[in-house]
Amino acid sequence: MSFNEPADLRKRVEEAVAAARHVGRETSALAQVEPVVDSVALVLKNDPRTVPLATKKEILDRYNETMLAVEGVTSTNITYSDGHKRVTFASSEGSFIEQERIDVVSRLAATARRNGDMQQASMSLGALNDFSYIETLDETAKRLGERAVELLSAPYVKAGTYPVVLDPILAGVFCHEAFGHLSESDFVYENERMKEIMVLGRQFGQPHLNIVDGAAVPDLRGSFKYDDEGAPARKTDLIREGVLLGRLHSRETAGKMGEKPTGNARALDYRFPPIVRMTNTYIEPGETSFEDVIADIEEGVYARNWFGGTTSMEMFTFSAGEAYMIRNGKIAELLRPVKLTGNLFTTLLNIDALGNDMDFNQGGGCGKAGQMPLPVSNGSPHIRIRDVVVGER
Amino acid sequence: MQHGEGKVAIDRILMAARSAGAGQAEVFSVETEEMPVRFEANRLKEINSRQTSGVALRVIVDGRIGFASSTKPGDVEELVAAAVETAPFGPEAHLDFPSDGQAPQVEVFDPAVESLAVDEMIQAGQSLIDAVRRTEPEILCDAFVRRGASTVTIENSNGGSFTYQGTGYSAWVHGTLIRGTDMLFVGDGDASCRTELDLKAVEASVISQLENSRRTAEVKTAEMPVIFTPLGVASALIGPLAIAFSGRMVHQGQSPLVGQLGKEMYVARLSVWDDATLAYRPGSRPFDDEGVASRRIPLIEKGVVRSFMYDLQTAGLAKAESTGSAERSLAAQPSISTSCLLVDEGDVRFAEMVRGVKEGLVVEELMGAGQGNVMGGDFSGNVLLGYKIEGGEITGRVKDTMVAGNVHAALKHVAAIGREARWIGGSVRTPALMFERLTVSSGH
Repeated sequence: MSFNEPADLRKRVEEAVAAARHVGRETSALAQVEPVVDSVALVLKNDPRTVPLATKKEILDRYNETMLAVEGVTSTNITYSDGHKRVTFASSEGSFIEQERIDVVSRLAATARRNGDMQQASMSLGALNDFSYIETLDETAKRLGERAVELLSAPYVKAGTYPVVLDPILAGVFCHEAFGHLSESDFVYENERMKEIMVLGRQFGQPHLNIVDGAAVPDLRGSFKYDDEGAPARKTDLIREGVLLGRLHSRETAGKMGEKPTGNARALDYRFPPIVRMTNTYIEPGETSFEDVIADIEEGVYARNWFGGTTSMEMFTFSAGEAYMIRNGKIAELLRPVKLTGNLFTTLLNIDALGNDMDFNQGGGCGKAGQMPLPVSNGSPHIRIRDVVVGER
Repeated sequence: MQHGEGKVAIDRILMAARSAGAGQAEVFSVETEEMPVRFEANRLKEINSRQTSGVALRVIVDGRIGFASSTKPGDVEELVAAAVETAPFGPEAHLDFPSDGQAPQVEVFDPAVESLAVDEMIQAGQSLIDAVRRTEPEILCDAFVRRGASTVTIENSNGGSFTYQGTGYSAWVHGTLIRGTDMLFVGDGDASCRTELDLKAVEASVISQLENSRRTAEVKTAEMPVIFTPLGVASALIGPLAIAFSGRMVHQGQSPLVGQLGKEMYVARLSVWDDATLAYRPGSRPFDDEGVASRRIPLIEKGVVRSFMYDLQTAGLAKAESTGSAERSLAAQPSISTSCLLVDEGDVRFAEMVRGVKEGLVVEELMGAGQGNVMGGDFSGNVLLGYKIEGGEITGRVKDTMVAGNVHAALKHVAAIGREARWIGGSVRTPALMFERLTVSSGH
């Protein structure tokens, strides 16, 4: 039940009670969480609210000019937004929690056009409670302009199955799409078949694979202290040494499955019910240098940067903002954008190398059940996957 | 908010905006009541009720556009101040808010939807689930039944005053069948401004998806004939096609159709329209979200690029006329969007298309089709639901398979256009389309 006309309060409460009676043929057993009274102060690094609108515009104008200055770039697109949100959570169990956050998100895109052929290079970025990164995108803007033009002369990949190396940003998206959604318990808790698939202890990857989700990891876009049911944030091991160890819960799914809440119940805003969502999801780094990750690939694809991704649980697709052929262990020619697809259950097992580096993608927003975009982050080292189906655009 | 009361509030905002220095001002107000009923895993899960009201203000100050919106009732001063503050950074105004409204009569309101009992909605969802489970008892179904009503009011300082009420009712069912780690996804739905939905057709469609998926089949990586069902056309092709007709994309040089107006770009049998005047379609409206009258816009006529879609600002920039294609949510400025997109029927039955294919693919849904170079017309995705054709017959469902192409290139060589067109949701109506050759890549 949600509304923004305060005068209707009594009527709305009655409707909410009626709706609960209608649905409530069975009781929903919510897992216990300790009631909390807390007011979480905003920890700001560089407050976008103190930056004058004129300064923000000047900075973005500079990037716009940088991209347009690249010969061959015909148009550009920059979006920037900072949003300040204050959320109050109160429950009849005695919780009263106030939390604030500021999301600073942006996207830069350059388009190049030649004889009816059009290519775009773009990048999405984001940060929590921090404006700083917006001030240092000059090099990024220049590279985007140049890449849009280079793409006009780049070939399509020859569709087929390749060994693929993903950079940390795209590997993060892969981790989110290919595995993260499957660990959300609302897909599992009333589904006996899914319970069999997602049985704890099942082997999903090689022993070097570790995947974690947690809002308690600080200073990322999926970070917070309490979720939208008042449960404290945690770090949950999803896969440890290749084996399924945990999953993400709301109070309802935890109650139903007899497990502990993990602090993953999130609502886009007051108009939506809290449902099980990811926060900061990442693959932990391994020990292989990037050179060694690509060294023994005769013919493969190096895919970088995020363009989009989606999942059906079993199968997933995600697209790279930037891709190159790998030939004889070396990065070779630039390719037009590629799309990767695969089957979760084989693909995770096919990860055969983990880099010794690590980075987080903070420019994405996750969508589920009409609630989008929810701020999340995902991260990874460079990873190598055998036998990935690569589509040509 | 009563209507009279709302009008007074809007007039106060317009007056305050003029006093604050706005040469022109426009208020967009929307009130929405909706009730989604959700079934999960074959059972009723949640009945929600959502009310939202709010206003958005556009001002033109010293020739630039400022914008602000609010959902706080009675918020006048803050709203006006915020809109005026943003104007110096806004785009140069190339529009005048319309002063009169000779909008066509478009039926989009049915009082029966507003009074639809929740039991009837539950019944609709349950009957869809029951029908699908009769065919496949082991399937787990989610269903989504929603009714909504909204009042849109636009008033501007040039004397323009526009208001209409609309209703919407829709029902969807999605089934997931899991065997081992194999997952099959089926689903369909219907939408209308009235209470009459064709639930029988939805059932029949989902049941046929299940029948076609009884077995699995493998395709090899190759170029082959591909048939997109109406669901497939809507999921993969409409997005990249429609964006190319946005006057904004054309004006900015980002559409592949720049300079192609009046030229034969597509197969001669292809005609595509955008039409906001169709009675009781959820994509319809008497006027757009700037108050410009709705019309039937020819986008492609017999293969020829006939017109692009414009809102007021882009029309001003491009020296064109608004086509009534402005659409907005409360918190954003208007942008160009399709209303109801219609692809004209052709003359080949779906069954005949299939019969003519020796080896090929039927696509019902592409997953991830909206990623990639959509502006350039590219589409590609994993076949979430699709079937292999062998010797003129559907032999089973394919998996681990991708289809890729460019919609502008593909529509030059359409092998056949289906005779049976249907609505997909409230705003797309299309037949099946068959292409002679598309790139299919597979993990097999």
